[in-house]
Amino acid sequence: MLAFMYKNQRYFHHNDFQKPHHSHDRGGGSVGGKNRGTREIKIVRRVLDVNDTIAHQNRELFREKGVFVINVMSSPGSGKTAILVKTLSQITPKIRCAVIVGDICTSNDADRLAGSGAPVVQVNTDAFGGDCHLAAHVIKTAADNFNLDEIDLLIVENIGNLVCPAEFDMGENLRIVVLSVTEGEDKPLKYPLMFRVCDAALLNKIDLLPHLDYDRETAVQNILKVNPQMPVFEISAKTEEGFESWISWLTQKLHG
Amino acid sequence: MHEMGIAMQIIEIAVASIPADLKNAQVKRVNIKVGKLAAVVPESLHFCFQIAAQDTPLGDAELNIEEIPLKIKCTDCNVEWTALDPVFICRRCNGGSVKMLSGRELDITSIEVED
Ligand SMILES: Nc1nc2c(ncn2[C@@H]2O[C@H](COP(=O)(O)OP(=O)(O)OP(=O)(O)O)[C@@H](O)[C@H]2O)c(=O)[nH]1
Ligand SMILES: [Mg+2]
Ligand SMILES: [Zn+2]
Repeated sequence: MLAFMYKNQRYFHHNDFQKPHHSHDRGGGSVGGKNRGTREIKIVRRVLDVNDTIAHQNRELFREKGVFVINVMSSPGSGKTAILVKTLSQITPKIRCAVIVGDICTSNDADRLAGSGAPVVQVNTDAFGGDCHLAAHVIKTAADNFNLDEIDLLIVENIGNLVCPAEFDMGENLRIVVLSVTEGEDKPLKYPLMFRVCDAALLNKIDLLPHLDYDRETAVQNILKVNPQMPVFEISAKTEEGFESWISWLTQKLHG
Repeated sequence: MHEMGIAMQIIEIAVASIPADLKNAQVKRVNIKVGKLAAVVPESLHFCFQIAAQDTPLGDAELNIEEIPLKIKCTDCNVEWTALDPVFICRRCNGGSVKMLSGRELDITSIEVED
């Protein structure tokens, strides 16, 4: 899980791996590092290009239908559902919303979100992609459940995970990462890709700060190290503190 | 976490790239590039690849991962550097308008097939 830190350690060993390892190469074994009797076929393709292609199709479809899509990501339990429930209650029905929620085994989140009156589709991740993220084809199928002509904002709550969802484009317009003050201040540095690919960060559960030894200044600084231009909204899904600026930013993006 | 799905994609692309005149050939090696910032742990990818490659033309193939460093460029003062930490603040001017030159790769570059 600590992909970056882990690879960092490897990085320092990297030179060891690059030493020529020819000692075991005998006559017919290999020549110049390649096996004799093999043909090299150049490919040069993104490993995830099937996903990228579907994401591109999704993006075209959503643009055509005038649907704005946001992808909300975080570790398990940072407060994605809680934030979305409060956000929905403030913006519906003026903004016509729909929700796709990825959940591994329960329908709890879908039930909580459906309280807003917005149509909610719950998707269980398939064995192919693993249980760790939503991919473009899942969104494409889930979106079939809605009448896109009647939707302004499609909100996707991704699976709780800071690693994998960052690699998978779904055709969204905005990516939002949620970090709560009960998690380590160094998370942005441990999961840099997530914080790099997102357009805004929500630092959630600030109502708990008086009870914690949390250095919010450091947390914000770490987010800004990875993504210096990212807007960071400090909020509480419990008290709705900070929601005004988060929602005005979101609606501005939606209408811009 | 998602390395199994990635391994399966690599195998699918590799199998589809075996030339028609070598239909029953074994793939000896698959060369891929993985950026330092990519959300992939090479060890798990090796492990998943080995499992997923069984009973495919890649059953004996070696997965060769080239790790690509994180390179950043400041769009204000044009300085370029290789970052060992995921910090996207310009080394020279402290600015934040930078772009990533490399480090996000997750590309399959070639396969080596028995001739
Ligand atoms: N005190 C406090 N608790 C919160 C806040 N936001 C969420 N919680 C609580 O944190 C727990 C997890 O919140 P969820 O909204 O389920 O988190 P999630 O990110 O959707 O979780 P998964 O979907 O399982 O990944 C729940 O018990 C929430 O009530 C907040 O701002 N303050
Ligand atoms: Mg949830
Ligand atoms: Zn600079």
